Amino acid sequence: MTVAVPTSLSDALAAIAQNPAAQIIQGGTDLMVEINFNRRKPTDVIALRRVLELREWSIAKDGSTITIGAGLPYAQMEDDEIARLVPALAQAARTVGSPQIRAAGSIGGNLGTCSPAGDALPVLSALDAIVHLRSSTGARNISVHEFMVGVKRNARAPDEIIVSVTLPIVTGWQGYAKVGVRNAMVISIASCCLAVDRTNSAIRIALGAVGPTIIRCRATEAWLTSQLDLSSVNTVSTNLLKEFGDRVAQEAKPIDDHRSTAVYRRHAVSTLAKRLLTRANTP
Amino acid sequence: MTPNTEVYQLNVNGKKCEVRDAWIGESLLYVLRERLGLPGAKGACEQGECGSCTVIMDDQAVCSCLVMAATAIDTEISTVEGLSVDGKLTDVQDAFVNEGAVQCGFCTPGLVVAVHNLLDTSPTPTDIEIKEAISGNICRCTGYGRIFEAVRSAAATRQETNK
Repeated sequence: MTVAVPTSLSDALAAIAQNPAAQIIQGGTDLMVEINFNRRKPTDVIALRRVLELREWSIAKDGSTITIGAGLPYAQMEDDEIARLVPALAQAARTVGSPQIRAAGSIGGNLGTCSPAGDALPVLSALDAIVHLRSSTGARNISVHEFMVGVKRNARAPDEIIVSVTLPIVTGWQGYAKVGVRNAMVISIASCCLAVDRTNSAIRIALGAVGPTIIRCRATEAWLTSQLDLSSVNTVSTNLLKEFGDRVAQEAKPIDDHRSTAVYRRHAVSTLAKRLLTRANTP
Repeated sequence: MTPNTEVYQLNVNGKKCEVRDAWIGESLLYVLRERLGLPGAKGACEQGECGSCTVIMDDQAVCSCLVMAATAIDTEISTVEGLSVDGKLTDVQDAFVNEGAVQCGFCTPGLVVAVHNLLDTSPTPTDIEIKEAISGNICRCTGYGRIFEAVRSAAATRQETNK
C-alpha cells in the first residue's frame, strides 16, 4: 500500500492521473470507518488534506453565486458569511456528527461517498448546485443531479478530483432539518431541505435518506407553486399543509434498513417538510 | 514525507516520532497506542461516534480513529499524555476529580482533551457551548451532569488564576 500526501491540486491531479485506481481520502470520516472494520483495504491512497486550494471559498463578482472548496471542513460553514448567504447549508453543516467530525468532514467527502444520508446533499440538490471536477487533462462542471447516480455511486471519473461546488445565492427563506436517534452525533434517518426563491417565485424541496439518492420533489414543488404566491410570505392553511406533507411522503422512496423502517421514514420526512414550510411562512 | 514510503514521522506532544514497519493505512489511534506507546486515547467505536479517541490536531479536536496516521505528517498532534506538565494533573483533570466526573474512566481521556480544546479556544464558554463541545464524547456512566459541572468549574478556576 502507498499513501501520497500532495500539497497542491496540480500534484494531486498528477498523482490520480498516474494511478486512477487509487482511493482518494479527504477528511477520512467515511473511508477510515471502512478500513477500521476491515470492509475495505485500499492498495493506494491519495490524501487531499494538505491541498489548501480545496479549502477555499469565494463569492462571484456579481454576487449571484458562492463557490465552496470540496475540502472545506463543515466547521467552517457553520457560521459567518457562508451562513448568511446559504443558511440551509450552514444548518446542514451544524447537524453533521460532532465537533470532531465537523473539523474533518467536507462537501467533497459527502459527494465522493454519495450516501443518501449525507447531510450537505439535500441542500446541494435543492439549490441545483454545480459540481466542479478536475483531472490532469481538463475540467468538467456538472449538475449535482447528474453527479449523484445511485446509492454510494457518483459520476466522478477515476482520474478526476471533486474540487468545488457552486451554489446560487437566492433571496428567500431556506432551511434544513433531519431526524436521527439523538440530537448530536447522528446519521440521518430522514432529512429535508426547503428553499424559497422569492425572486423567481419558486420553491425547492429535496429529501435525504429516504431513497437510493437525494430525491427532488418536483411534483410537489409544481403543485405548491400553483397554490401559493411564493414571492411573499403566505398563510398556510392546515389543509394545505396536510396535503403538502402527503405529497412529499408520496415522492419519498424509503426502505427498511438497520437504522429505521420505510414507514417511519416516510412519516418523518413528511413531518420535516411540513415544519420547514411552516417556518418558511412565519412572518 | 516523500510519498509512498513506509517510514514517516509524526509530531506528537512536541516530539518527533518515527513510525516504521507499520501498515501504512493504520489509523492515528492505532499508531498512537500500538506503535508509539501512548495508550491515553481509547478505542471503542472505531467509527467516530464515541469520541474516546479524541486528540488535538493543529488546534482542533478530532477523532484519531478517523485519521489515517500517514497523512497526519506535518501536523501538531497532542494527546492526553501531552497535556500535563511534570506529571501533575491539569486544571481540567483536577476539576474532573473534584466534581466526581469520572466513573469507569474510559471516556475520560477523550473528554479531558475535548474540554482543554474548548477552554483554550473559548475561555468563558456558555452552557450551550459546553454541551456542544462535549457532544461528540459519549459517557455511559455519569449522565453528563458531573462532567458538565467539572467543565464549568475548570473554566471558573482558570478565570480566577488568570486574573
